[in-house]
Amino acid sequence: MIKVSGLTKDYGARRAIHNLSFDAQQGEIVGFLGPNGAGKTTTMRILTGYMPPTDGEAIVAGYDVVEESLEVRKRVGYLPETVPLYTDMVVFDYLKFMGDLRRIPNVDDRVDEVLDQVGLSDRANGYIGNLSKGMRQRVGLAQALMHRPEVLILDEPTIGLDPGQVVEVRKLIREIGKERTVLLSTHLLNEAQNICDRVLIINKGKIVAEDTTENLQARLIGAERVMLRVRGEADDLAKTIKLVKGVQGVETKEDGSVEFEFASGKDVRPEVAKQVIKSGYDLIELRPLGMSLEEIFLELTGSDSKKK
Amino acid sequence: MNNIWTIAKREYDNYFNSPLAYVIGFVILLILGVLFSAIMFFGSQQSMFGGTAPNTEQLTWWFSFLLIISIPILTMRLISDEARMGTLELMLTAPVRDLELVIGKWLGAFLYVLTLASVTLVYPVIMDNFITPGLDWRVVLASYIGLILFSGTLIALGVGISAIFTNQFAAFFITFGLFIFLTFFVGIPASLLQKGGEFFDYLSFNTHFFNSMNRGTINLGDIVYFLSLTALGLFTGSTAIEIRRWR
Repeated sequence: MIKVSGLTKDYGARRAIHNLSFDAQQGEIVGFLGPNGAGKTTTMRILTGYMPPTDGEAIVAGYDVVEESLEVRKRVGYLPETVPLYTDMVVFDYLKFMGDLRRIPNVDDRVDEVLDQVGLSDRANGYIGNLSKGMRQRVGLAQALMHRPEVLILDEPTIGLDPGQVVEVRKLIREIGKERTVLLSTHLLNEAQNICDRVLIINKGKIVAEDTTENLQARLIGAERVMLRVRGEADDLAKTIKLVKGVQGVETKEDGSVEFEFASGKDVRPEVAKQVIKSGYDLIELRPLGMSLEEIFLELTGSDSKKK
Repeated sequence: MNNIWTIAKREYDNYFNSPLAYVIGFVILLILGVLFSAIMFFGSQQSMFGGTAPNTEQLTWWFSFLLIISIPILTMRLISDEARMGTLELMLTAPVRDLELVIGKWLGAFLYVLTLASVTLVYPVIMDNFITPGLDWRVVLASYIGLILFSGTLIALGVGISAIFTNQFAAFFITFGLFIFLTFFVGIPASLLQKGGEFFDYLSFNTHFFNSMNRGTINLGDIVYFLSLTALGLFTGSTAIEIRRWR
């Protein structure tokens, strides 16, 4: 459904994306993971026909984004990063307007349907300007869903939502992703793991990794990192933990907690816990630390400044 | 065509949702109302002493002049504000051609001005009832056709300039400055130059509206002038949007 090859975009002298190639199939949710300024938004803007690329080619829903821009735009639903809404319009009228532009038959019914999907039925007659950020985000999402697009492109769809809404929206995206193609960007690793079938990690305009979430995790996280905390003073805690076989990279943090790693599949947590208790400490916390996006980048880009 | 209408309708409704359009409508109709009373009052006195009977020329003159001031206010935000708010990204990723967007915006504002203009038709109707032998309706018709063409031109130029700027006040000042220039200043070289002055005269709004159609003459040259300036404004708008995409 989406096929991108050699896509390049320059803003003046600055190269925003460089020779990007990837594809996405129908029924697939592809995550675009990267820090701010990595080129996620630029890529999405090209795919939605907002701006043409400097070089390269992109086919969306079977049409070229430059040559057949209008055909592409008919088939794509897009939620931009800064959810653009007419704040002086009523929610219902706004969605109806966007639906009219897309020539949706029985547009009123469809608006009701979509509002129900994003859980905003009770705000249909409210002004967009009076909505909270999370609600606006959902209006933007409703707008992208109006015409049942073949391809859905969502730029940071869950940003600004409260935790309950995040769960709802993710559920909705997963549902849509069963039949259609979804390309979404995020800078939250757990979000990508949670929703996406496949993840593209992009940094400085280049794809640095592309794989299914499981594979990526396995590849990246060769070792699992754990944080351990005890009650009271813990001067020799690090030494105690080091005694356990299989423990690596022990590090004492400023707040007195200790972090350590062990190789995947060789879980040493029970042994560590026993050892700590045997040494007379009161163990109050033992918890796995996820690998942060920054760490993944450092890993992938092979940066030297690995530890802060 | 459908898209143009959808966009125009939203803009038109939008005018009636904002206080600005009401204020502009109110001020224009107030000034014209006062003027109308004055024309009727003094006009009737003058005609008793052999002066000319009252006519609508001054009313349409003032209406057009007020439009020169108010149309930049009506058009300034049409596209620039969408660019500022980011909603332009939405319009430019919807299946709408750039020119359709510009024409839709133009039409929305044009319909608003037409609504205002239709309200002012009460003045000639009342006037016609009070004077004998009545108004020369051909002159009124010419004035109003001129007025419609003139306002369409002003709005097209305003929309075009609005597409260039992201700041609506920049759009306002440039639009207003251009209108004042084309009304009062562009004709000046015509009176100073020995040769080639007609060219500057040709560019002026005065030549084509205030001194021509508003006085009851319709000629093809004036119509061509207004239609080509309208096209120029709309084309400028869609080109400016095209350039935005490439930036």
